[in-house]
Amino acid sequence: MVMETVFIMWQRQIKLFIRSKPRIIGSIAQPTLFLLALGLGFGPVFEQTGEMNYIQYLTPGIVGMSLLFGSMMHGMSVIWDKKFGFLKETLVAPSSRTALLIGRCLGGATSSIFQGVIVSALSALFLGYRLGHPATIPLLLFIMLAIALLFTLLGTIIASKIDDFEAFPTIMNFLILPMFFLSGAIFPIANLPSPVQLITRFNPMSYGVNLLRETMNFNLNPDLLTDAAVLLFLIVVLLIVGSKVFQNIET
Amino acid sequence: MSDHQRTSPKVIEVNHLVKKFNGVTAVDDISFSVNQGDIFAFLGPNGAGKSTSMKILTTVLNPTSGEVRVNGYDIVNEEHKVREAIGVVFQEHTIDEYLTAYENLYYHCALYKVPRKERKERIENMLNIIGLWDRRNHLVKTFSGGMKRRVEIVRGLLHYPQILVLDEPTAGLDAQTRFFLWNYIEQANLDYKITIFLTSHNLEEVEKVSRHTAIIDHGKILANGTNQELKEMTNTNTLERAFLEITGYSLRA
Repeated sequence: MVMETVFIMWQRQIKLFIRSKPRIIGSIAQPTLFLLALGLGFGPVFEQTGEMNYIQYLTPGIVGMSLLFGSMMHGMSVIWDKKFGFLKETLVAPSSRTALLIGRCLGGATSSIFQGVIVSALSALFLGYRLGHPATIPLLLFIMLAIALLFTLLGTIIASKIDDFEAFPTIMNFLILPMFFLSGAIFPIANLPSPVQLITRFNPMSYGVNLLRETMNFNLNPDLLTDAAVLLFLIVVLLIVGSKVFQNIET
Repeated sequence: MSDHQRTSPKVIEVNHLVKKFNGVTAVDDISFSVNQGDIFAFLGPNGAGKSTSMKILTTVLNPTSGEVRVNGYDIVNEEHKVREAIGVVFQEHTIDEYLTAYENLYYHCALYKVPRKERKERIENMLNIIGLWDRRNHLVKTFSGGMKRRVEIVRGLLHYPQILVLDEPTAGLDAQTRFFLWNYIEQANLDYKITIFLTSHNLEEVEKVSRHTAIIDHGKILANGTNQELKEMTNTNTLERAFLEITGYSLRA
């Protein structure tokens, strides 16, 4: 029965996503724009430094970006449901709040994985991105799920604590943009000044982007286990915090 | 649970309930009970502590102190048992506008653990009663306020609750829908012995439908009895007048 609660909430979030065509288009257009602008703009400069092909470098970063933005912003649906009442309907139901939270987050994660997949396909079709090895696709989906789940949980927890419709996107941008820029998604972070590098160590997105990039480009190495461990650890922490927050949520 | 509680006809028992928000007392030591099968109106001016009490009763808020039992279960420690026993229709719409009428009801069944094989039949019956079976696959956002409210009322009954809690069920609805809803609620009360706990500012309607009424103001219960008793107590001939006599004529801040 707990499984059905998770499933129902997952399905509902997916339905909301699919039924909003502007949202689907917008969520794919934004990373695509970044991919084109940065890929075409910085590509030549990047390659002059003797690093790898920029599209190979950038595409996993932009996939990570789709996951980060889509997942964090998915928290908005909690604020939406507070305002339009549906949250109350779920809160007076005899269902596990943790199951409600997990279902919601898996639904949000699934829609941002969908964005990530579309963006990588677009890059492969139009910018010549080459996936390292097709056998890694199941593993990649799993990695994308981990990243997406981590950030939907974070976005949902923050949204549960905020009632202000307009404050949420502002606060989110304040969190998302530094995490994005200092993750290695669009430029390498290994050569940054050491204080900045220290920050990147505390950025969960750095681990996600690295794991995603090395797997997509088939550069498997033992360091990736650290990345995966950090992500899984954070997911567990956020699940515990999120359950507690959802347990006490009042509308 | 003692035998006494199991056989008790009191389906809602509130004892010394207190709720404070940052030191401000919204509900100040109230006690009352509702008999099984009753239609009980809980009335009060705006800001009287009515909504707070309703939220506590429906397990959305936790009390600061005091004990509340619904269907014999403690609302704090046995909240899932309480949630199973009640159907709630909130003052504001709580229906998902981007789902169809059918999906909304189906999701409710899933959240309330209605057996899978009974779901379709229950939903079909309910939607037929409110005349919306033909529109079951339409998104709720295309529905009028009255249609949404009809869906919400039957949704509250889908899991066959022992108690139906209605917070301002007819606010903003046309005469036809109000007439339909009150009849439907009375019918549910008669046919299935469902206890109705309601609040409304339309005291004419309340007088017609309710059997017992409690009046709350400034967080305290000022009067509690049958509608007849309240009218006799205040020497008035309508519930509305009795309400005004008890709570005063001044406007609320």
